[in-house]
Amino acid sequence: MIKTVDLYKSFDVNGTELQVLKGVSEHVEKGSVVSIIGPSGGGKSTFLRCLNLLETPDSGQIIFEGVDITSKTVDINIHRQKMGMVFQHFNVFPHMTVKENITLAPVMTKKYTQKEADEKAEELLAKVGLLDKKDEHPGRLSGGQKQRVAIVRALAMEPDVMLFDEPTSALDPEMVGEVLNVIKQLVKTGMTSVIVTHEMGFAKEVSDRVLFMDDGNIAESGSPEELFGHPQNPRTKEFLSKVLY
Amino acid sequence: MEFFSNVIKIMSKYWKTFLVTGVSYTLLLSVITVFFGAIIGIFLALARSSKIAPFRWISIAIVEVIRGTPMLLQMYVAVFLVPKLFASEIPTFLSVSIALVLNSAAYVSEVFRSGIQAVDRGQTEAARSLGLTSSQTFMKVILPQAIKNILPALGNEFIMIIKDTSLASTFFIGEVMTACIIVKGNTYLTFECMFIVAVIYFVMTFVLSKVFGKVERRLKAGD
Repeated sequence: MIKTVDLYKSFDVNGTELQVLKGVSEHVEKGSVVSIIGPSGGGKSTFLRCLNLLETPDSGQIIFEGVDITSKTVDINIHRQKMGMVFQHFNVFPHMTVKENITLAPVMTKKYTQKEADEKAEELLAKVGLLDKKDEHPGRLSGGQKQRVAIVRALAMEPDVMLFDEPTSALDPEMVGEVLNVIKQLVKTGMTSVIVTHEMGFAKEVSDRVLFMDDGNIAESGSPEELFGHPQNPRTKEFLSKVLY
Repeated sequence: MEFFSNVIKIMSKYWKTFLVTGVSYTLLLSVITVFFGAIIGIFLALARSSKIAPFRWISIAIVEVIRGTPMLLQMYVAVFLVPKLFASEIPTFLSVSIALVLNSAAYVSEVFRSGIQAVDRGQTEAARSLGLTSSQTFMKVILPQAIKNILPALGNEFIMIIKDTSLASTFFIGEVMTACIIVKGNTYLTFECMFIVAVIYFVMTFVLSKVFGKVERRLKAGD
């Protein structure tokens, strides 16, 4: 479904070039759940953000459903409509009600009429237990509620794949569970998902495959049992020994 | 006490010059300036952050020249030089309006630019990740939040414009300050005239700032 070939990406940090991705090649299969773990600065989020071109890689290819989306002739907006993304800091639109947040993209991209989008939004909100908040502005919601709205907003476009960029890292501890439960329900329906997370227990539970990223590359990958149970790479071992889960 | 009885005398004779001609010209100039200044200002702000380099250069040049030279000088240029360049008669009122509009556009564009920059980058990313185009993102997500951010600064700018229209009295446009000059010439009561004009300007700007305060509160309530 998504294949990356030899992705390189560097950032200019105060005049010095910082190489963040160093030739990442990976394949996310349809219907699979892939978690990406690893230390901060290892390139996890940059890799994820490259998948829908929020970051443009310096070189390499990203093949999404058979199309190389790094090609200049490709209209990226059409492909992004099929890739939902959930951000660490929710990024809900504060000037719109919950329902407007959710229906904006389906209506603007002419996927649905306003009426159809409204119905769809209410159906999805009911699933995550937020139907009673549909006319509230996000300012009145808790972090966990905002993130659930953000997930519904992405799902309203009926994407083929969901990208989660540390979806619970900015949440108060007591709200992590409600968001993880929504993601768990979602992956049970067979939604292809790529999840950057620091929640090791969660990654172990939901993933088909786990990638350990360190220093700009995938240092190790495997099933949760392999990676958490019998890590081979010394960096993976060191990282996992320091992390509580 | 003679002062106030003079004020009353002046007003009973010249109230039309001050309140009808003067105020309507001042308000007309202000409305023209605010309206066209805001529209041109948004375009200058967009050009400033455009991907096309010449657009950026033109925008920066216009804004810097206008901010770096006195408004009165700009009016002189508009009134005397521009008609010469085009070798045609341009009504003074139009020339003065053009100078005011361009001046306010330059300042408003800076206000808009800062308001747009103040919107969190995550908002753009979220909108783009949903498949919206950059112009849809700007119109639906960025601009509404930017306007809310800059409302206090914009209100300030509009108040400045009302007061800046007084410079147009140099060319006898007929606004409140022109009225002051005319009445002063007829009555030789300088301070009384100034007092009247001060009160008129204060009332206009005070009402405007109250209106803006109300709009701000209403928008905040939406959050």
